[in-house]
Amino acid sequence: MDKHPRTQPHKHPRVGEGIARPVIIAIALGWLALVLVLPFASVFIAAFAEGLPAFMAALTTPEALHAAWLTMLATVVAVAFNLVFGIAAAYAVERTTLPGRRAIALLLDLPIAVSPVVAGLMFLLLFGRQGWFGSALDALGVKIVFALPGILLATIFVTLPFVAKEVIGVLRETGPAEEEAAATLGASPAQSFFHIVLPNIRWAVFYGLVLTAARALGEFGAVSVLSGNIIGQTQTLPLYIEQMYTNYQTTAAFAAAVPLTLLAVATIAAQKLLGWVSSRDRTRAAMEEN
Amino acid sequence: MTTSSTADVTGGGPATISRRPASPRPKGLLAWGTTWAVLGVLVILPLAAVAIKASGAGVQGIVDSVTTPIALAALALSFGGALLAAVLNTVMGTVVAWALARYEFAGKSVANAIVDLPFALPTAVAGITLSALLGPNGWIGSLSPALALAYRPAGVLIAMTFVSVPFAIRAVQPVLQELDVDVEEAATLLGAKPGQIFWEVVFPAIRPAMLTGLALSFARSVGEFGSVVIISGNIPLSTLTGPVLIFQRLEEYNTVGATGIAVVMLIASLITLVAINLLQARGQSRG
Repeated sequence: MDKHPRTQPHKHPRVGEGIARPVIIAIALGWLALVLVLPFASVFIAAFAEGLPAFMAALTTPEALHAAWLTMLATVVAVAFNLVFGIAAAYAVERTTLPGRRAIALLLDLPIAVSPVVAGLMFLLLFGRQGWFGSALDALGVKIVFALPGILLATIFVTLPFVAKEVIGVLRETGPAEEEAAATLGASPAQSFFHIVLPNIRWAVFYGLVLTAARALGEFGAVSVLSGNIIGQTQTLPLYIEQMYTNYQTTAAFAAAVPLTLLAVATIAAQKLLGWVSSRDRTRAAMEEN
Repeated sequence: MTTSSTADVTGGGPATISRRPASPRPKGLLAWGTTWAVLGVLVILPLAAVAIKASGAGVQGIVDSVTTPIALAALALSFGGALLAAVLNTVMGTVVAWALARYEFAGKSVANAIVDLPFALPTAVAGITLSALLGPNGWIGSLSPALALAYRPAGVLIAMTFVSVPFAIRAVQPVLQELDVDVEEAATLLGAKPGQIFWEVVFPAIRPAMLTGLALSFARSVGEFGSVVIISGNIPLSTLTGPVLIFQRLEEYNTVGATGIAVVMLIASLITLVAINLLQARGQSRG
């Protein structure tokens, strides 16, 4: 167990001991303070620059509240969608012998790599007025672009990979042995899924859903192309923040940024908590096996 | 990996005991079908729409739309800026990863947690806060005109750097943690200097992870829109980036012009994606 050098004194120090140590720590902390802590802190300072009443007033305008409601709705829909899709995609990649599993894994990377504006453009080419389905949708009286469905579509697209990739990782790590044993003992596929697969992947699912929520709350590029950005109608909270800021309503912009920033912090806290809980579970399971 | 043995077993004895007829349906068909239906509508169909729109415009149409002076300047800023941001984040990220992986110090767990902030913070929030800091009246911008970087190309670089801070750190950190100490100790015993050990032992081991971090940072920065559109002021031939130009052309109903830029950016994304996959495969085969 000499893999953990910190617990043992070393006669022959590793690279980066001695004088290098405080220097490296100082550079690392200085960099993080400059690029992360300073912008983070300035959100709150700017939001409360004109005092608490101004902050509250800016946060509770009908436009801000509507934008916040729309963002919450898009987030809830994206989370629900990915709960089902993410598990299905991961199961298809790791637990079936059907064709195209590698292609699924590759296509899942695309929403992360593609610029959100390009994503918005792609859906505009499909569902916009001059898009493939534009006239058909017009005839049916269905509005996707510059309406709620466009916002939901954009949000779902950019969040597609998160649950799927987390669950793929865990399914690959655990392997199919337990499920094979259950099948041998006569368990139905549904029994095997609910009693074996689901308990194994649950923390990964939660973790992926937290990432999904964080991404959905902040989605800007794809939504700004598809939503039309109509204030009080199709304007989400990030779009509202941008509009307020460019209109020199700085307090309104930063006030609206505060709840999103706090949710970002909550997301990180939830990630750390889930990481801790799942590693505790794994240790416990390993101890029971021994 | 294969589950064919399972199929044999369930198709044989126990399946008949449980009174289920041997199912002709392959395992996981529902999950597989759902996945392809969603990916078909949400990823493949949109990609096809871009491809067909682009082929409708023809090669000449695409080339014309990306070779206007404004488009060339925007693409140069996007790719050049993203590359600079990625290099900066890889160098600084390796230092941060080193500190987090190898040392114990006060505030380490907080430092480790805030690394993920740019993943979680909406890009519009990043945009307004960076823009306010670096504007002429901001905390940093008011210190000196040289530091008032908002609405200048350097401001775009800073926004790109902010949104891609976590990638290199999170790529390099686990590799440094897993690195075998014995090799470094052996090198020390044999009289190697710290610099030698770093460049000849540690660096080759973390290089694939650093390159993965670089590629991920680049992919994230090159397509960044939310923070860039706010901090840059979107001045053509100066601070206008590729994604912002796509957005502007869409607002002008210039769909072909927008698609041209989008095709260039999509191809760059796909190349980066393949590079990341190859790098990760190489990193895994080493580990």
